[in-house]
Amino acid sequence: MKTVPVSTTINGDAAEFICAPDETLLDVLRNRMGLTGAKEGCGTGDCGACSVTLDGRLVCSCLVLGVEAEGAEIATIEGLATGDGLHPLQQAFIDHAALQCGICTPGILVAAKALLDKNPDPSETELRYWLAGNLCRCTGYDKIIRAVQAAARQMRSA
Amino acid sequence: MAFDTEPKRDFKVVGRRVARPDGIDKVTGRALYGADMSAPGMLMGAILRSPHAHAEIVSIDVTAAVALDGVKAVVTGADFADAMDAATADVRDNCLARGKVLYDGHAVAAVAAASGAIARAALDLIKVEYRVLPSVTDVDLAMRADAPVVQAGRAVEVVPVGLSENVTDHCEFGHGDPEAGFAAADLVIDRSFTTAATHQGYIEPHACLASMGPDGKADLWCTTQGQWAVRTACSAILGMRASQLRVTASEIGGGFGGKTTVFIEPVALALSRKAGRPVKIVMSRTEVFRATGPTVASSIDVKIGMTKEGRITAGTATLRYTGGAFPCGTVAMGAQAAFAAYDLAAVRTFGWNALTNRPKEAAYRAPGAPQAIYAVESVVDELCQKLALDPLEVRLLNAAREGTRSSYGPTFEAIGLEATLEAAKAHPHYAAPLAAGQGRGLSCGFWFNFGGNTSVSLTINTDGTVGITEGNPDIGGSRAAISQMAAEELGIPYEQVRTVIADTSSLGHNDVTDGSRVTFAVGLAVIKAARDAIAKMCARVARIWGIDPEAVEWVDGAARPTGPNAGTFPPMTLAEIAALSFKTGGPIAGHHESNADGAGVSFGVHLVDVEVDRETGATKVLRYTVFQDAGKAVQPDYVEGQMQGGAVQGIGWALNEEYIHDAEGHLLNPGFLDYRVPVASDLPPIEAVILEIPNPGHPYGVRGVGETPIVPPLAAIANAVSRAAGVRLTALPMSPPRVLKALTAQG
Ligand code: FES
Ligand code: FES
Repeated sequence: MKTVPVSTTINGDAAEFICAPDETLLDVLRNRMGLTGAKEGCGTGDCGACSVTLDGRLVCSCLVLGVEAEGAEIATIEGLATGDGLHPLQQAFIDHAALQCGICTPGILVAAKALLDKNPDPSETELRYWLAGNLCRCTGYDKIIRAVQAAARQMRSA
Repeated sequence: MAFDTEPKRDFKVVGRRVARPDGIDKVTGRALYGADMSAPGMLMGAILRSPHAHAEIVSIDVTAAVALDGVKAVVTGADFADAMDAATADVRDNCLARGKVLYDGHAVAAVAAASGAIARAALDLIKVEYRVLPSVTDVDLAMRADAPVVQAGRAVEVVPVGLSENVTDHCEFGHGDPEAGFAAADLVIDRSFTTAATHQGYIEPHACLASMGPDGKADLWCTTQGQWAVRTACSAILGMRASQLRVTASEIGGGFGGKTTVFIEPVALALSRKAGRPVKIVMSRTEVFRATGPTVASSIDVKIGMTKEGRITAGTATLRYTGGAFPCGTVAMGAQAAFAAYDLAAVRTFGWNALTNRPKEAAYRAPGAPQAIYAVESVVDELCQKLALDPLEVRLLNAAREGTRSSYGPTFEAIGLEATLEAAKAHPHYAAPLAAGQGRGLSCGFWFNFGGNTSVSLTINTDGTVGITEGNPDIGGSRAAISQMAAEELGIPYEQVRTVIADTSSLGHNDVTDGSRVTFAVGLAVIKAARDAIAKMCARVARIWGIDPEAVEWVDGAARPTGPNAGTFPPMTLAEIAALSFKTGGPIAGHHESNADGAGVSFGVHLVDVEVDRETGATKVLRYTVFQDAGKAVQPDYVEGQMQGGAVQGIGWALNEEYIHDAEGHLLNPGFLDYRVPVASDLPPIEAVILEIPNPGHPYGVRGVGETPIVPPLAAIANAVSRAAGVRLTALPMSPPRVLKALTAQG
């Protein structure tokens, strides 16, 4: 299959890649761009481990084609921490032990950030429904919810 | 130094909620898991799987696949070694079938090619001629004499007349005279239950990268709970010497027992050997469901007698488990665990395993126990309902305690069941009011806990920091706990210790991360390794001071003179000793190697409130509290995490998760859409209450905590549903259609 050149922005930096027309954005990020922070738990949109944002919208990158990223701004877990340190969500996940194996963590952090960008003060129910697309098999979600709530509180008071 | 007459009770570092050392890597995406590694010249592997549940392989023609542009190697079961023990041969034949395919999804052949797309295209070109055979997936049908025989020649010697040769394992435990016990009861209840097979459901699929050179030396990177177990299995299956294979465990994205064996690793090695290039294989989610895990499926009869005061007079259970297409000893653990929570004068359990055309069972958190204890705890609860007794008081009345002869033989040492039950009784949850249509359930849970072979190395760095090399993949924060125990013993800050996990060439053998063994056994080993290093440091200081080594003691991270003839010297800290080490005899390190026992059994009690929607049959979990004895919680956050995570896996098992097969044995739901694990919006907060009844077998009193929490949810929820909806279900999962059917039948 002929490959297609694509121009995008990834975590704020201009990025160019070529990919096959049927190649997913997740495969492009992981296999062509060396960004293995997004994980493939299912490849069918059921687990959320591959979550990234595309022009600010939360997507499962396993359900997006690489060619659809043309001209778009992509944000991945690798861009969450800035030069001066961890994002409050990342710090809260460590402080509240919101990860065990950590395979779901990148996707959950990207999804939680997308929520807090829109709604800085979600209720626990809103939070649980927003994260319903992100499977975590280790934690039972309790500490994840506490961590996101703590980060949201801190971000509101900042 | 008089160590360990009593477990230590005062701690400086142990018990603190420290930050885990791998935290930053895991919140930034930097941590490398199984599928995240690449190698120059790497090929991608793909595996052809059987579309049939049971068939003879008449022929495999790979000619067209080999001829495809970009294909570098094709392997089948014929590429593996022949001679090995029966258990390893089963693992081998599960990785690539020999002669017959035994379940839907059984691997048949594999390809390595320049890209994943080419490898998958090549699979379509492999021609396999099958002769389809009748299949069986139900355990009760598989035990009948007229059942299709899954594998001939595997039957256990004691198969009773009239049963199929699918019966591969049998066991029996207990003591006393159950018949006399039943005769003395005021009420005897006899019930039959079934539980569906469930999958561990780790979010990271199996993945590995194998590289073998022309000299036969190989490196393997893979996601696993035990790199030495991988090396043992792979070197046997490939016909290699162990020293020629180095296995490195990646960060692991969940295992729960399912990554204690191999599936793709020998295949990737065989492909790499043939192609002369590195080969990476990553399973799809569908492959994970079809060909890895799951648990046993079960069919269980339980009979229990009780007096009207609530004393259990006798209990018996017959467990029929199927571990899929290969012999499986898991039923023995179920038969031992079934009545472990009770102090009984008469108890007897019988276990049978039968072959079926299902994937080969893999361990899942307390393997075999949840099913057995679900059945027992359901009957205990029904007795309480019928005799109008408080279910918690009845458990307390019958609880196993120190000195109880357990239902499976050994006499219990100090155990925490009674304290755990008392904690549940005293908790506000137990007395909280319930609305109409809601019900509260409770169940006890139990797990044996393992110790096992462990090897740890501890180095005193010249700058006064400490490095620990251990061999157990960290699934839930164990590196933090290991560092804490080392810091505690050495008397230095946690931040000065770094724990890394070694490959198989860098340390002695370590058993897999299973049996809730790591914090217990690796912790024990690291404490002993620290004591070894302390003894060496004290000897160095004795030489510097010119006194006897016995006249030097270790207090708060420093050597001090002790005793009448020691003289007076200012204490020498670990950092000072370390800085001088090259001048006092060379590098300083401590080691410990042992086969640890004394793990100490673990008990838990779960309380749950549910509401059943009478229109849809859906069960909503409203409130959930977990009580468990941790002996000593080294990092309480991660102990709570085990309790919460295990409880939620149990909730999924109780309410939704199941392997569903059609009449021909095809798996109908190999994906997260149709195999529904709990999501955040299904659940309430999970409260975790830790009790600390020290384990006499560990210097700090630590007990394993990882497995027990998956045991109680099954019965706790069944008991709550029974009280909420007025119907008792005897089949798991209690999915909405099943509950609705029961409600309809009730009228
Ligand atoms: S990998 Fe994309 S949702 Fe699971
Ligand atoms: S921490 Fe393991 S899946 Fe979430």
